Amino acid sequence: MHMTADAREVSQTASGAAATRDIYLPSERKKISGGGTPHVVAKDFSIYYGEFEAVKKVNADILSKYVTAIIGPSGCGKSTYLRAINRMNDLIPSCHTTGALLFDGEDIYGKFTDEVLLRKKIGMVFQKPNPFPKSIFDNIAYGPRLHGINDRKQLAEIVERSLRKAALWDEVSDRLDKNALGLSGGQQQRLCVARTLAVEPEILLLDEPTSALDPKATAKIEDLIQELRGSYTIMIVTHNMQQASRVSDYTMFFYEGVLVEYAPTAQLFTNPKDRMTEDYITGRFS
Amino acid sequence: MNLGTRKILDRSFTAVGFGSIAVMGIALLIVLVPIITNGIGSVFFTGTIEHRNMLFNEFGRGNREELAKENAASEVYRKQIYGMLSAFEAELETMDSEKKQDYLSKYGPVKTALQTLIGPLPGEAEAILTRYKYGQTRWGKAEEKLHEFLYETRWDNSNPDAMAKEYFVSQATEFEGTSLVKLFPFVEEHLEDVLRPRFTVYWGFLTDSSVDSHIFGGIWPEIQGTFFLAVGAMLFAFPLGVIAAIYFTEYAREGFFNSILRSANSTLAGVPSIVFGLFGLAFFINTLKVSESKSVLAGSLTLAIMILPTIIRAAEEAILSVPKTYKEASLSLGSTKWNTIMTVILPAALPGIITGGVISLGRAAGETAPIIFTAAVSVGSAIGLADVFSSPTPALSWNIYNLASEHEAAAEIRHVQYGMVLALVSIVLMLNLSAILLRARISKKLKG
Repeated sequence: MHMTADAREVSQTASGAAATRDIYLPSERKKISGGGTPHVVAKDFSIYYGEFEAVKKVNADILSKYVTAIIGPSGCGKSTYLRAINRMNDLIPSCHTTGALLFDGEDIYGKFTDEVLLRKKIGMVFQKPNPFPKSIFDNIAYGPRLHGINDRKQLAEIVERSLRKAALWDEVSDRLDKNALGLSGGQQQRLCVARTLAVEPEILLLDEPTSALDPKATAKIEDLIQELRGSYTIMIVTHNMQQASRVSDYTMFFYEGVLVEYAPTAQLFTNPKDRMTEDYITGRFS
Repeated sequence: MNLGTRKILDRSFTAVGFGSIAVMGIALLIVLVPIITNGIGSVFFTGTIEHRNMLFNEFGRGNREELAKENAASEVYRKQIYGMLSAFEAELETMDSEKKQDYLSKYGPVKTALQTLIGPLPGEAEAILTRYKYGQTRWGKAEEKLHEFLYETRWDNSNPDAMAKEYFVSQATEFEGTSLVKLFPFVEEHLEDVLRPRFTVYWGFLTDSSVDSHIFGGIWPEIQGTFFLAVGAMLFAFPLGVIAAIYFTEYAREGFFNSILRSANSTLAGVPSIVFGLFGLAFFINTLKVSESKSVLAGSLTLAIMILPTIIRAAEEAILSVPKTYKEASLSLGSTKWNTIMTVILPAALPGIITGGVISLGRAAGETAPIIFTAAVSVGSAIGLADVFSSPTPALSWNIYNLASEHEAAAEIRHVQYGMVLALVSIVLMLNLSAILLRARISKKLKG
C-alpha cells in the first residue's frame, strides 16, 4: 500500500512535536503471497561484547518477504542484533554469541558456515551512505564481479536492473562512469541499496538508512522500501517511530538488550501489550 | 587571563612562529643558492679551447675543421710564447753557472705554471695522466691560474704573534734583466687569444663518464649508480613493506608478540645509517655472500633494510586512514577479506602508500653510509644492468663526499662537486615532487 505525500507530511510535522505522537498507520497492508515463512530464526540468541551482554536471549522468527522494523532507545542492542544476522559483528574481535541464529534453517554462527557466502545472501545498507570511491557503474558491478561475472554486457544489465530497482536509474543513467562520491547523500544511499541488490540477496538489512539524510531523501528511501517489499525480506533499524509505522509490517521493540515486544506494526503501535513499549512509543522516554 | 594579555600572547606567538619559519627559509636559501649557482656552472660555463680539444680527443665530439682553425689561431700566440721560452733557455746557457742555477730554480715553477695554464709545452714527454695533457678548460679557472703564473705567493712570518700573511711577488721582477721578463705581460695580455674562451653548454656533464677521476668529463656513472641503488632498494622494500603493513593493520591480533614487532619496527627506523652499512657488509656480503665483494645488489639490499620501517609506517598510516565504512561495504557484499584488501582498501590507501614509498626512494638515493661498505666505489665507469649482481658502482652521495674530501685535486674540481650536489638535490626534489603530483592525481580520481 502506498501512502500519499500528504500523509507523510502530516506524520513528519507530527514528529517535530514530541508531545503529540500522531502515528500514521496504514489501515491495511497487502498480504504477500509466498511470504511469511520464518526466514531468520533466533533461539535464545545472545550477543556479548567481552563480558557485556548486549543482546539477551532473543527468541524471534523474522518472516520472509515482509518488512520488519526494529525500534528502541540508543544502546538497546537493535543495531547489534541486525549486524549479527550477516555477521558484520565479526569485525569486532571481542564480540561473541550464544544460542542459535538460523538462516533458512542453518546456523549463521555454525562452525562450517561460510560467512562470505552468507553475506552474499544477506545484504546490508549502513547508517551513512558508503559508496566506494569508484564510478557509479563500478560500485554496482563490484559485487557481481566478486562473484565471478566479468562479461561487460551482463554487468551492464545487472547495473541497470539494480539501479532501476533502487529508483536511481533515471537520475544517473547518463553518468554511470562518474565517481559515486559526486552524488547527493540521498542518491548515494540509494546507490548503496542498488549495490546490495546487485548481488541478489534474499534479505536486506537496513541499519538506520535514513539517519544521515534530509526529509526528501528519506521519503525516497521509504518509497523504495515499499517497492522492495514482497521481493526481499527486509529488516530496518530505525530511531524514527513514524518511519517504522510507515514502512513496516512487523515491529520489534528492544530495550536494554531484551526483545520486549514483537508484533504486527499496527498492533504494536495502537495496542502495545507491554507497558514499556507503550511508554516508548508515546514518548515518555527515548 | 584578561583580553589584553591574551592578545599579546597570541601576537607574540604568531611572531615567534613566523620568525622560526623565516629562519628556516633563510637557512634553506643560504644552502641552496650556492648549490644552484655553482652547480649550474658545471653545465653552463665559459669554456676554453682546451675544453674543446679535450672533448674532441677524449669523447670524439666537435667539428674537426673548426677546431683545427681555432687551434691554428691559438698557435700564432703560443708560438710567440714558446719562442720567448727558447730564447730565455738560450740566454741561460750564456750565464755563469751560479746565476744560471739561480734562474733555473725560478724558471722551473714558471714553466709548470704556464703548462698548467695553456697545456703541454713543446719538447716535453707526453703526460701519462690526462689532466696534464690539457691546459685550463674553464676560463674562470684559467684566470685563477694566470694569477698564480704572474705572481709568486709568499708568506709574511715577521710577526710571530699573528697568523702568517700572504703576499704576492710579481714574477716579472724576479726575472728583471732577462729576456723572459717580456713573457709575463705577453701572456697576461694574450691569454684570451691563446685559450679563446667562449660560452659553453656542456650537457655531457650529465651524460658522460668521467676522465682521469673527475678532472674532466661528466657524472653519468654516479647518476646511474644512484638510480640503480635507489630503485633496487625499492624493489625489495616496497612490496615487503606494504605486505608487512597489511599484516599489521588487517591480520595481526593485538598482543604481546605484535607489540614487540611494532616496537622493533620503530626502533629500526631510528638506527643510524652507518650501522645499516656495517650490517650490510657483515650480513649480505660476508655471511650470505650475495656477491664476491661490494655490489649494487648488496647496496640495494642494505638500503632496503634501512627504508623498510619508513615504508611500513607510511603504508600502515595510509591503510588505517581508509574509512572503515569501505571495508564494511565490501564485506557486506560477500567479499572475502583478501579481496576487500586488494580491491577496496589498497586502492584507497594508494596515495599515502606511494607518498611514503617515493619519500623513501629519495632517502635511499641520498644516503651515503649504508653504501660505503656495500656498493660504492669512488671512480668507475657506468655499469650495465647485468652487472648489478656482481659489480660495485659510483654513486652521487658517496662521490660528493669523496670528491670534496679525499680527492687528490679536490680544489681543482669544485664545479664537479657542486654539479653532483645539484644533481642529487634535483633528483630527490623531483622524486618528492612526482610523489606530490601522483598523490594529487590519485586523490582526485578517488574523490571524483
